[in-house]
Amino acid sequence: MQPISLHTFEGGIHPPENKHQSTQTPIASLPIPPQLIVPVGQHIGAPAEVIIKVGDKVAKGQLIAKPKGFISAAVHAPTSGTITAIELRELPHSSRLEGLCVIIDSDGEDRWLDEIANGSHNIENYLETENTWLIQRIRDCGITGLGGAGFPTSVKMSVENRGIETLVINAAECEPYITADDSLMRERALDVIYGIQIMLKLTAAKDCLIGIEDNKPEAISALKAALKSIHAEQRIAVVTIPTKYPSGGERQLIKILTGKEVPSDGIPADIGIVCQNVGTCAAVYQAIAFGKPLVSRITTITGESINNPQNVEVLIGTPIKHLLEFAGFKQEKSLFQKLINSKVPAKPRIIMGGPMMGFTLSSDELPILKSSNCILAPSQKELPANDVASACIRCGLCTEACPVELLPQQLYWFSKAGEFDKAEQHNIADCIECGACSYVCPSQIPLVQYYRYAKGEIKEERVAQEKSNRSKIRYEARQDRLDREAAEKEAKRQARAAAAEKAQAAKKAQAAKAALAEASSSVIDSSKVDGTAVEVKQAEPVNLEDLQQKLDAAQAGLKKSMDKIAEIKADESSTQDLAVFEKAVANRRDKVKALALQLAEAKKSAPPAQQDMSADGRASLEKKIRAQQDRLAKTQERVDLAKEQGLESLPALQKGLDKQMQKLKELKDELAQFEQAAL
Amino acid sequence: MAINSAGFVNITSPHAHGGNTTSRIMMTVILATIPGVAALTYFFGWGTLINIVLASVTALSCEALILKMRKRPVGFILKDNSALLTAVLLGIALPPLAPWWVTVVAVSFSMVFAKHLYGGLGNNPFNPAMVGYALVLISFPVQMTTTWAVPFFLSDGQTISFSDSLNVIFSNSAAVATTLSDAYSGATPLDTYKHLASNQTALEIMQQPLFANDTQGGSASNWFAGGWEFVNIAFLIGGLALLALRIFTWHIPLSLLAALGTCSLVFGWDADMYVPWSLHIFTGATMMGAFFIATDPVSASTTPLGKIIYGAGIGILIFVIRTWGAYPDAVAFAVLLMNFAAPFIDTYTQPRTYGHVKAKRGMPAKPDANKDADKNVDHKEG
Repeated sequence: MQPISLHTFEGGIHPPENKHQSTQTPIASLPIPPQLIVPVGQHIGAPAEVIIKVGDKVAKGQLIAKPKGFISAAVHAPTSGTITAIELRELPHSSRLEGLCVIIDSDGEDRWLDEIANGSHNIENYLETENTWLIQRIRDCGITGLGGAGFPTSVKMSVENRGIETLVINAAECEPYITADDSLMRERALDVIYGIQIMLKLTAAKDCLIGIEDNKPEAISALKAALKSIHAEQRIAVVTIPTKYPSGGERQLIKILTGKEVPSDGIPADIGIVCQNVGTCAAVYQAIAFGKPLVSRITTITGESINNPQNVEVLIGTPIKHLLEFAGFKQEKSLFQKLINSKVPAKPRIIMGGPMMGFTLSSDELPILKSSNCILAPSQKELPANDVASACIRCGLCTEACPVELLPQQLYWFSKAGEFDKAEQHNIADCIECGACSYVCPSQIPLVQYYRYAKGEIKEERVAQEKSNRSKIRYEARQDRLDREAAEKEAKRQARAAAAEKAQAAKKAQAAKAALAEASSSVIDSSKVDGTAVEVKQAEPVNLEDLQQKLDAAQAGLKKSMDKIAEIKADESSTQDLAVFEKAVANRRDKVKALALQLAEAKKSAPPAQQDMSADGRASLEKKIRAQQDRLAKTQERVDLAKEQGLESLPALQKGLDKQMQKLKELKDELAQFEQAAL
Repeated sequence: MAINSAGFVNITSPHAHGGNTTSRIMMTVILATIPGVAALTYFFGWGTLINIVLASVTALSCEALILKMRKRPVGFILKDNSALLTAVLLGIALPPLAPWWVTVVAVSFSMVFAKHLYGGLGNNPFNPAMVGYALVLISFPVQMTTTWAVPFFLSDGQTISFSDSLNVIFSNSAAVATTLSDAYSGATPLDTYKHLASNQTALEIMQQPLFANDTQGGSASNWFAGGWEFVNIAFLIGGLALLALRIFTWHIPLSLLAALGTCSLVFGWDADMYVPWSLHIFTGATMMGAFFIATDPVSASTTPLGKIIYGAGIGILIFVIRTWGAYPDAVAFAVLLMNFAAPFIDTYTQPRTYGHVKAKRGMPAKPDANKDADKNVDHKEG
């Protein structure tokens, strides 16, 4: 391969590495714990769907939860035993989320699933196998990124047609204390390289760069030796990079190795790069070659409160306390407690992850996850809790340290003042929360915490905005519907009025005709006149029906378009052009209005379908009259009451009564007219 | 298990801290003034040291008092050394033989008005030391411009004695003060050159004892002013030490000196008319201003590009005020004027963030404002 010219990213810090403590001994394996707590949502994406039930016996490597949806990962039993519960438990998470966990009481045999144990899942010629099959196997084995985020590997590997140029393997392990990847590379370098070969095949990348910090000389030589032993140097290069935190950040490592920047709103695949962690490579190899699902990982246990800091191969779901016991956790006394010779030890601080980005655990009952690369139990002297923050003096050390070239102190002021629009303008979304700014801050301000808060607020604001947008759409849709109904009602009313008029006219005409017929004994041209009249009459209903049909169709179309718009607005990911549909709705609405108007006009000029109309009209009129009579009776009662008691409201009531009587009379008149017309 | 009984500490990341503190930064800057203060004392006598002590006592008392009034933790905040630093810088900036009350007024004003009325450390838009300095410069021009001590070689090879210094500074009798200070004080080189340049050539000016005392270290052939160049070099050394310790970045001092140097070279090509560049760079408060005053992070610009603009602005203003203004030196006014501009500069000089094609600059668009505007239009139409 061509020699690689290294680049660098802005900023970064050099905290004490503290890695040697945990690399003195080879990777140990932990005794099987009596009980495992296996969360079904350990990855980014939808939690897996549990497929076993309480009381089931499971073998090691048996599927206990299958992926649900594309971005999801399978979960397997990490050891053999019995399912004793499937329940919500607190997860190791910075915000103490709860999640569904499968509790397995181990039988101590650690018996693999038969197919895996007898080697029938083994394949040798995996590099000649179909990509789809390989990806399916990675998915079946529940492989997720072991670097920290836990993104399902099968999804990340489905990039065959995206023009991937380079596969970047993240072996930087830049966080202080953590040596899980280091020890993996020292002891299982070949697994890593085999895994890389599989990934090169899957991504169709031209070459692979393994980025590793120069503080891991043993791992570097182990990788190089492994490469040489299988003659894979042609496409895979081990690139030693200067130790600087956070060069293990995906975007930072890509910049160092390739000089390219991943777009702020994009993923590495957008610039032809796929990035994977070394641990993931080894897990992929185990999955492909032996069908072994991801049921254990290497975790560093270290810190001054640990007697024997080391790396341990630990089953997923192992409660932290077993790890602490195994490595020898000693509890500290605080200075005050030492002074008063208290027997109660100080509160321990157990961190999952490293000292820069790890989070403290609320209990030692929490399980190890697929992404747990380190358990850090520092002494108080080693990592003292922050002092009280003093005022920001805008010294700008944070700006120099920021690996993403943000202005951390401006973000701090904006977050503190709740000026989230300005924080967004200053790209707070690009903050990777690496903690470099807080690390260098002379005022000991918990800057990252401010950014987390601001990001949370911004997200919440977005959700609220989205919600209000949706309800606005709903409101407008309702308003439209009400308008439409009102228009229809108006059209009907006009049609009815027109019908009544027509009926009147027809009656008059009939009377006139009768008079005429009486007047002249001979039947002259009347039939001819009648004929034309009939013709016209026939033509008009057709026209009306036609119009009605058109109106219905247009209304249906309008409704469809509006539904579509609501759908698009509700679904953020939709890429369809909203504007086009909105325009269509406007057009259709105009059309509906025009048609409704036309129809009303037509009905006015057309003779009514008499019988129906009169029956309808008559029924409704009678109903109105009955209602009016009821009302009148009630008012009469009140008037009587008022008269008896001599109330002041009497004149007003009397007036109301008169009005109601008037109304009743009008209605009765109308009915009479109607009946006359109907006759 | 026993571990559980005590409960667990819950702290957010990062858990590690570099151990840097505000008070350490402030103390480092104070210590970095030592070469400059030593040079000032060597050439101009005890006045500067007396000023510094007086200013420090005043500053700490004022800050303690106002912290108490603001109901803030007095000890915790006094420990950050920021008041002490302001006091030291003011003590250096004020004339060595200025009367005690000038110092007290300057320091107390800078502490109370320029710092704490804006909310204390980190919240003041203007450099407190320079606000104090500007106040006394405008209020007491006589005391501020006539009490600069002359270098020792102009006063029989010795500076004013310690007790005489105390006498001048603390004397209530104007007569004592005048007599003593007249013997040991005079105009600064920048002032002298500017005034003499109106009717003398550069060569003639250079014959002045202030510039050319060949018996005691000055020389007619150089373009520096006796003593001042060493003071400036001493501050430069202190400043470079701070730069090496990464207390501040190169942006502000370098752009300031570059701008001032360029201006004085371009306009000052005729030394008969203008003060030459060597005097601009190596006399007056130039180095002290470039490394110790303009770099005050609280009131300066904070973006990398912004710092360059900010520093260059100060450099240009120093030249403009020195050349065409009425005041002998200009660092205070130049810094204060650029303090005004710093937030504006910051708004338009954001760096490009990783993964972005170009930098987002300016104020965020305000959707609310637009909405309101729309509403108003609607109302008019309605």
